[in-house]
Amino acid sequence: MTKEYKTITEISGPLIFLEKTEPVSYGELVNINLPDGSTKRGQVLDTSHDKVVVQVFEGTGGLNRESGVRFTGETIKLAVSSDMLGRILSGSGDPLDGGPRIIPEDRLDINGAAINPYSRLPPEDFIQTGISTIDGTNTLVRGQKLPIFSGSGLPHNEIALQIARQAKVPGSEEDFAVVFAAMGITNEEAQYFMADFERTGALERAVVFLNLANDPAVERLITPRMALTAAEYLAYEHDMHVLVILTDITNYCEALRQMGAAREEVPGRRGYPGYMYTDLASLYERAGVVKGRKGSVTQFSILSMPGDDITHPIPDLSGYITEGQIVISRELHMKGIYPPVNVLPSLSRLMNSGIGEGHTRDDHKAVSDQMYAAYAEGKDLRGLVAIVGKDALSDRDKKLLEFADMFEDRFVRQGLEEDRDIETTLTIGWEMLAELPESMLTRIDNKFIEKYHPAHKK
Amino acid sequence: MKGEIYRISGPVVTIQGINTRMYDVVKIGHERLMGEVIGIEGDRSIVQVYEETAGIRPGEPVENTGMPLSVQLGPGLLESIYDGIQRPLPLLRDKMGDFIERGVMADGLDQEKLWEFKSTAKAGDAISGGDVIGTVQETINVEHRIMVPPNVSGTIDEIKDGKFKVVDTICTLTNGTELQMMQKWPVRMPRPVSKKLTPDTPLVTGQRILDGLFPVAKGGTAAIPGPFGSGKTVTQQQLAKWSDTEIVVYIGCGERGNEMADVLTEFPELEDPKTGRPLMERTVLIANTSNMPVAAREASVYTGITIAEYYRDMGYDVSLMADSTSRWAEAMREISSRLEEMPGEEGYPAYLSARLSEFYERAGRVESLAGLNGSITIIGAVSPPGGDFSEPVTQNTLRIVKVFWALDAKLAQRRHFPSINWLSSYSLYTKGLADWYNDNVSPEWVKLRDNAMDMLQQEAELQEIVQLVGSDALPPDQQLTLEITRMIREIFLQQNAFHPVDTFCPMDRQYKLLETIQKFADKANAALESGVTMQDIVKLESKDELGKVRFDEDFEGALKKVIDKMEDEFDSLKSEDYAATATAKEAEQID
Ligand SMILES: Nc1ncnc2c1ncn2[C@@H]1O[C@H](COP(=O)(O)OP(=O)(O)O)[C@@H](O)[C@H]1O
Ligand SMILES: [Mg+2]
Repeated sequence: MTKEYKTITEISGPLIFLEKTEPVSYGELVNINLPDGSTKRGQVLDTSHDKVVVQVFEGTGGLNRESGVRFTGETIKLAVSSDMLGRILSGSGDPLDGGPRIIPEDRLDINGAAINPYSRLPPEDFIQTGISTIDGTNTLVRGQKLPIFSGSGLPHNEIALQIARQAKVPGSEEDFAVVFAAMGITNEEAQYFMADFERTGALERAVVFLNLANDPAVERLITPRMALTAAEYLAYEHDMHVLVILTDITNYCEALRQMGAAREEVPGRRGYPGYMYTDLASLYERAGVVKGRKGSVTQFSILSMPGDDITHPIPDLSGYITEGQIVISRELHMKGIYPPVNVLPSLSRLMNSGIGEGHTRDDHKAVSDQMYAAYAEGKDLRGLVAIVGKDALSDRDKKLLEFADMFEDRFVRQGLEEDRDIETTLTIGWEMLAELPESMLTRIDNKFIEKYHPAHKK
Repeated sequence: MKGEIYRISGPVVTIQGINTRMYDVVKIGHERLMGEVIGIEGDRSIVQVYEETAGIRPGEPVENTGMPLSVQLGPGLLESIYDGIQRPLPLLRDKMGDFIERGVMADGLDQEKLWEFKSTAKAGDAISGGDVIGTVQETINVEHRIMVPPNVSGTIDEIKDGKFKVVDTICTLTNGTELQMMQKWPVRMPRPVSKKLTPDTPLVTGQRILDGLFPVAKGGTAAIPGPFGSGKTVTQQQLAKWSDTEIVVYIGCGERGNEMADVLTEFPELEDPKTGRPLMERTVLIANTSNMPVAAREASVYTGITIAEYYRDMGYDVSLMADSTSRWAEAMREISSRLEEMPGEEGYPAYLSARLSEFYERAGRVESLAGLNGSITIIGAVSPPGGDFSEPVTQNTLRIVKVFWALDAKLAQRRHFPSINWLSSYSLYTKGLADWYNDNVSPEWVKLRDNAMDMLQQEAELQEIVQLVGSDALPPDQQLTLEITRMIREIFLQQNAFHPVDTFCPMDRQYKLLETIQKFADKANAALESGVTMQDIVKLESKDELGKVRFDEDFEGALKKVIDKMEDEFDSLKSEDYAATATAKEAEQID
């Protein structure tokens, strides 16, 4: 057993400071024994001959200078196994479902290691989610990281679950799994997810990590890393296609900010640490496809934008790292439209490699571009109509205005259980575009008009 | 002399018991992780470490190599993909698998490969720094010129020909100095040149809004700031693909792994429009993605620019894309805050602006030490938080660069690509390049361009009125202006990077498109004056068909068809008195 130190000199927020230890390694896992017999875990953040700084995951409540500290000599590891499927674990990886401990096939450093960019295979397998605003205009592909940018009270959980239920790669029967990590969400929300997983039988193919709102905030810093470690293991060692849902990234970032403040760091924008970009990248970049390996890690995480503000550092830095974003709109939600996806600020950066001939359909890109252009213009005109009235619009503008309404009503709106295949999505697209004069379809090659336009199609 | 580690805090390690100089490369701990001295405080030195530091302990040994951070320069750079400190990623994969572990050293250049060296100098020749003493065919189209390192001179005693490794001696001087094909250069020090020249040729990019409205000169500097998803990376990649440059250095600095994988799969398959050879054969990639160590991200920009300078010294036109300089600045900020330096604006170190200008200063058209003309064009992406251009990195960059391509989220949202805002962007080279456009495109070019810009300005003003009263309330000539500017935007400014034909538009096509829009405008104006209504003009099919010409493989044919149709359509609009005024107008123009 390693030596126990009772040399804590200072406790500050989630941090403890110790003196006179043997050399302790950077990043190593620490076990702390409290006077009342309970134990906590922590990680070394700064180490020198004179002083060691430890961040305590379960928080420093109950700690005092008599607490004993043991250094384990290794970084934090997660016991992984294919038996993890169907299990519910705490935010630190301990079983919560009354089941046995995971018998490890391996123990992996939860920080993972960066995929060598040279080993990456550019993602290109179309995932059909059955939701038109995603499949049609913001296509998701295997190995992509595409978060939902939402806000409080909006139906992001419903959408995430609908995707988890419906997502498939048409024509493929490969092994898949879901890794779900809750970070600081309420027990009620967590139950909502669990109930749906159970109802649909998805739980058998899922690994669940739960750090709830009343669990220590510091633990949130390790929960997603545990989840991603499990996901990578299932993907790269067991050839599974893993869909990772992390929720809520915003709670994770708040924990990060809290830690930074405790360390008295110079804060960056709006009080968040200057290294938040790098830190978030160490999560998001753990998605992808690796050459020569069968599985893949796809991330579809949930992020609630504080104050619905997309320029807030959390969505902003995320958007700079992820491969697009699906933006949920309060306005559409108020109009009673589900799923209230605002396609204009939404984006899938990998869409171009996942659509078209051999993936979805040859006209896909053109249809999508044309719908975007028409919807954007039509939506702008709504503001104008409010001022000058509909009569002052040119014929062209009137058509665009109608298109915008139709787009929201027919393309965006769909049922909670409605699973549209890509053909259906594109057909709806063409039916709407056919309401515009053909001369306005400037984004579509004539050959597609001849092939798919309802007025031409035989 | 060996020292030891005193303290570890993330990528910053304090060492003691060893003498160092600033920027010395040191080896840290039992695993000999590579680091660089970035501060000295009394007996202790502060080191930024290029690899992960988890698991390292105080007391582990430290060794000083006594050398500054350098790159290996010589044949074999092209077609390579490196991390931020010039370790070849394929080699790292061989040594440690698909995930990047640490403690692996790797040479930037293959030390075993044989290259056919042809001498161009002979025994008895007096040579000095920068002189070319021989050549190696590095790729089918790129001749690698082996140069005397900048700080060496003397008289050749012996020079060889034949197949050699980059480390073999190929030339001996009478003073005993031995020269190899490979030379090393410290990345933080600009390679010397004999003088700087004024840029006078545009970097022709095949991107209409860039070549047409806001050109950058070969040897110039440009910045592309924009919020996420506005098109920084696609624009940089378009430039790397289609510019008429001889060498491309592409730095993925703190960005996505998949984007680099994309370049790696695409570039070997795409053809350089000038040579017909795979683009990869003229490209060096540096990929230090967002999840790779931050200190190596800081170094990646220097590694890239030094390689660019090396090819410039051979007399080549080099372009360097850095995506994104903001991530580089953030790396500086992260390191600086670990050093507990006094933070400047938004936590960036006070030397941010100096570092940025030193970097862009390494661009330019130059005469090399040997009298060769070469250039480096730097194009830096900037990622302002929240898309707010008032932040320090954007502001400090704009103070230095001569071209500003302002990306606009509003345009991107409506899928107007490239979403470069034509009202806020500028190029300070436009005047200086006018002669080139005159001589190489058309004497009409500058007029056409100015006219287009002028109309776009007018459009912005008219749009404000439209917002209040609707477009139908405008007089017909102003409605026509809006119609023409829509054509300029949709036909000329928009360009689809993912369309096989539209992705690259040579200068002569750019000119013809703009000219045809102008022709339409002139005819429509004349028609209006003769009493034709806007409704009739809006209905003309040639207008919509012109929009599709840019997608046609047979551009010339398609354009001719549209122009013929346009003539016919306007002819049929002609009423009696229209004919009269039109001829009068044309006569006026000829005068
Ligand atoms: N010139 C272009 N043509 C077509 N699509 C483009 C163009 N530029 C950008 N895009 C689209 O915008 C998306 C985001 O562009 P990107 O360059 O990755 O943005 P940024 O680097 O600014 O975040 C791309 O995935 C692509 O769909
Ligand atoms: Mg980018």
